[in-house]
Amino acid sequence: MNCFLYNSSVGKKLVMSISGCALVLFILFHMSMNLAAIFSAEAYNMICELLGANWYALVGTAGLAALVVVHFAYALLLTINNYRARGKQRYAVETKEPGVSWASKNMLVLGVIVLGGLLLHLSHFWAKMQLVEILGGHESEVGGQMIAATDGAALIQYTFSQWYNVVLYLVWFAALWFHLTHGVWSMFQTAGWANDTWYPRLKCIAQLVSTIIFLGFAAVVVVFFVKANCGCCC
Amino acid sequence: MNFTLKIWRQKDAKSKGAFETYKVTDISADTSFLEMLDILNNNLVHEGKDPVAFDHDCREGICGMCSLHINGLAHGPGQAATTCQIYMRKFKDGDTITIEPWRSAAFPVIKDLVVNRGAYDQILQAGGYVSVRTNSVPDANAIPIPKADADESMDAAACIGCGACAATCKNGSAMLFVAARVSSLAKLPQGRVEGARRAKAMVAKMDELGFGNCTNTGACQAECPKGISIAHIARLNREFLAAKLQD
Repeated sequence: MNCFLYNSSVGKKLVMSISGCALVLFILFHMSMNLAAIFSAEAYNMICELLGANWYALVGTAGLAALVVVHFAYALLLTINNYRARGKQRYAVETKEPGVSWASKNMLVLGVIVLGGLLLHLSHFWAKMQLVEILGGHESEVGGQMIAATDGAALIQYTFSQWYNVVLYLVWFAALWFHLTHGVWSMFQTAGWANDTWYPRLKCIAQLVSTIIFLGFAAVVVVFFVKANCGCCC
Repeated sequence: MNFTLKIWRQKDAKSKGAFETYKVTDISADTSFLEMLDILNNNLVHEGKDPVAFDHDCREGICGMCSLHINGLAHGPGQAATTCQIYMRKFKDGDTITIEPWRSAAFPVIKDLVVNRGAYDQILQAGGYVSVRTNSVPDANAIPIPKADADESMDAAACIGCGACAATCKNGSAMLFVAARVSSLAKLPQGRVEGARRAKAMVAKMDELGFGNCTNTGACQAECPKGISIAHIARLNREFLAAKLQD
């Protein structure tokens, strides 16, 4: 394949940058959608119904799956290249360079945690919602009771009433936070849209975006856990 | 001051290397790091042993020959300084100092602490020049250049090609070096003309020689003895991508 997006280092990084940007935009959309569940179960379920097994939702899902696959496949490809470039003999002593973030040096590990969380999330929600509809069903058994494929609010309620799910999801969001604190500004740098004036601004934007995403997702998890386990006070 | 030195010894490129420990005593705090190694080598020669091979030339921070990974940092402790500009007062009396060669697949060890940095020369040969006859020095005001552009070009041209960027980068990426060379020419009218060809040729050569991919950690910028900014990497990305999209 003779394409710079595949056979040049800068081209491969551009693919990471664009796919990462698209995924960040989707995450922001997903987070905004989730927040509706805190205020109104009906509103949230209306969105779930809209994003069922409709053609546009299926196209969107396929597109997102392709983005995740491309982003992860290129991450592996780049990491293998980088590992070879570093050579077999490693430094006996390594010291942290000033101003270098921990996240920037551990993006693949963080990405693997994010991917693991995504698979868990898909098994909790997508497999009981859109997948059920794709397979021609309308409801699935969750925790001993039948829940409609469009009743996302009930699924959230059940999933986050379990403490271990709350812990797993918060760890997932924390890994995503670290990943995005580097990834968001890094995608501008890779695309060439950065300079010394904009670095502090881009890094600030990255912190803001990742923190908003973390808090937005975590709020739903915590609110539903508190509602389920503290019925007397909520 | 007295120091214990753990130094990487390797007979040649094909031999397996290992750390050896040496003691140096009565070293003045104002001795430079390379002078301290000279003293060690003097002692080794007197003892009939093989002296430690290490690169050096100008010893005033401009030639880019000295290298050395000292206590986990390229060019040792202290920012914006080459190994030859490091003095023993940066260390504490009695310290153990670990000295390693640059570690990068593209910089194979020749002997002890000396590595082959010819890969950087090959990248330069691929496009790091202006292919017009320059003749004698032109009049300073013949081609007006905005001060900001001239400053940026000069900042990039400060790169001495020592290899600290690739040696420090966890990915073994040479992007800061390539970016500095591309940027120093791209900001000047004489170099601008060949900007697209240069960016493509130098990145292609860098990839061919087995350097890694930049993941924007900024470690190269932190360890660069000349303080070259990663903003030049952003410019290289712009130059390369714009050139490829115009193909």
